[in-house]
Amino acid sequence: MWTWFHKLSSPPHFYRLSGTMIPWFGWLAAALIIPSLYAGLALAPADYQQGDGFRIIYVHVPSAMLSLFVYMFMATAAAIGMIWRMKLAHAVAVACAPIGASFTFLALATGSIWGKPMWGTWWAWDARLTAELILLFLYLGYMGLRAAIDDTNRADRASAILALVGVVNVPIVHYSVTWWNSLHQASTLLKKGGPSIPPDMAIPLYGMILGFLCFFGAVSLTRVKREVLVREQNSKWVKDMVTSK
Amino acid sequence: MNLMEFIDMGGYGAYVWSSVGLALTVLILNVVTARRAVKVELERLKRRYGNEPTQGAS
Amino acid sequence: MQTPGMLDAGWALLVRDIKLGYRRIGELANPLVFFLVVATLFPLATSPERELLMEIGPGIVWVAALLSSVLALDTLYRSDMDDGTMEQMALSPQPLAWLLLVKTVAHWLVSGLPLVILAPLVAQAFFLPAEAGPTMVASLALGTPTLSLIGSIGAALTAGLRRGGALVAMLVLPLSMPILIFGARATDLAMDGLDVTGPLNLLAAIMFLALSLGPIAAAAAIRVSLD
Repeated sequence: MWTWFHKLSSPPHFYRLSGTMIPWFGWLAAALIIPSLYAGLALAPADYQQGDGFRIIYVHVPSAMLSLFVYMFMATAAAIGMIWRMKLAHAVAVACAPIGASFTFLALATGSIWGKPMWGTWWAWDARLTAELILLFLYLGYMGLRAAIDDTNRADRASAILALVGVVNVPIVHYSVTWWNSLHQASTLLKKGGPSIPPDMAIPLYGMILGFLCFFGAVSLTRVKREVLVREQNSKWVKDMVTSK
Repeated sequence: MNLMEFIDMGGYGAYVWSSVGLALTVLILNVVTARRAVKVELERLKRRYGNEPTQGAS
Repeated sequence: MQTPGMLDAGWALLVRDIKLGYRRIGELANPLVFFLVVATLFPLATSPERELLMEIGPGIVWVAALLSSVLALDTLYRSDMDDGTMEQMALSPQPLAWLLLVKTVAHWLVSGLPLVILAPLVAQAFFLPAEAGPTMVASLALGTPTLSLIGSIGAALTAGLRRGGALVAMLVLPLSMPILIFGARATDLAMDGLDVTGPLNLLAAIMFLALSLGPIAAAAAIRVSLD
């Protein structure tokens, strides 16, 4: 187990491994996203309340789930980087931030597009939308802090602390925003438990979520490759690899 | 179901298709920027190593 | 030389920081004046009507408190970073987290506590009913220490940077939003004569969480900034 861990954390090995993993993740993502999106847009039955408008969830829900998942993933990588002083883990955390921010933006934008026909307004101070907006601010703060520190090593550790503080805060934000919102508009939220989704609506959604996960795998590994190159630019293996090509 | 109905989405066409379009744009931009970052870095390194005198060539 | 115990060292640091704070009374007064000025802006920007001001009053007091606490953060670690005192503290036998906690408490005593005391004055200006006063003071007394503790993490993260001002706000404000929600809403509830123990308990719980974890994060951040 430890030799595997050690091998994975060696940059040249990781670089080569991600080189083979990226196409796998990428094609898997395409193979999941394209048919699921088609099934969701064309084959799934229209919702009895929202008509065809509900089909926005096929891009909204995966991006919202990923936005939170990526943050947790980023914080975990940051924690590993802090605890075991593993530079590669920091590189992974850095790679996550812009992807997570873009998913958060996508969740917000599609949520607000969905809100226009359903609620009659582009923006409502709905609990989930507000929590998502705060998550976007957390991502932007993380990237802002990194951008302000020139030294990579210091930027790694400072931003890792921020990511971990943010993780403690995420459930508090979620709870506070729900509490705040329920106080003002009590009965407009979804019924408790929510309506159960028939399988021909649900399966494309699961496909989209898995597809987005694979997509995140491919793009984050690509970004990690770039981070590894920057961090290891003075090492022999990078030099050999670049000059031999 | 014909094509026009599919595009119209029961009156929600503008909302559904703008969401899907936005999603695809974000996905594609993610791929493009990530790949370009690797490419730019590789080129920068290539130039950097090219300018350096090769050390330890013995 | 005998090293002082944790409590002695903490007390000495607390006294030193409060003395230093009052010596720079102008710097100390800035966030308070800022608090009052921001609160003055809202009636000017909206309207002097009694009903409207009553409605938005609790929120404005909290927004102004949040902004002035962020403004005050600049003085928290900067001078100690600049003159090397922080390095001495990091090397001292006392745990750095403890010393930073003491510094944050001292900071709150000179910048947060006066704000809590001034708040009823602002509440009067916004025509808040008298029965909401105690709740507002209580919520600020429970909430502003948390703001200082969260802010101390932000200040520690940016302590080594030359241009930290806007960045600190960007880091600290999203993390502080739950405090704002519970604090402002507690006053709202009190104005309607409703039970306020819920949000006040939550504010207290978050304060204890911040008390236990905040200094550890701040200490880690200071060590990064000192490198």
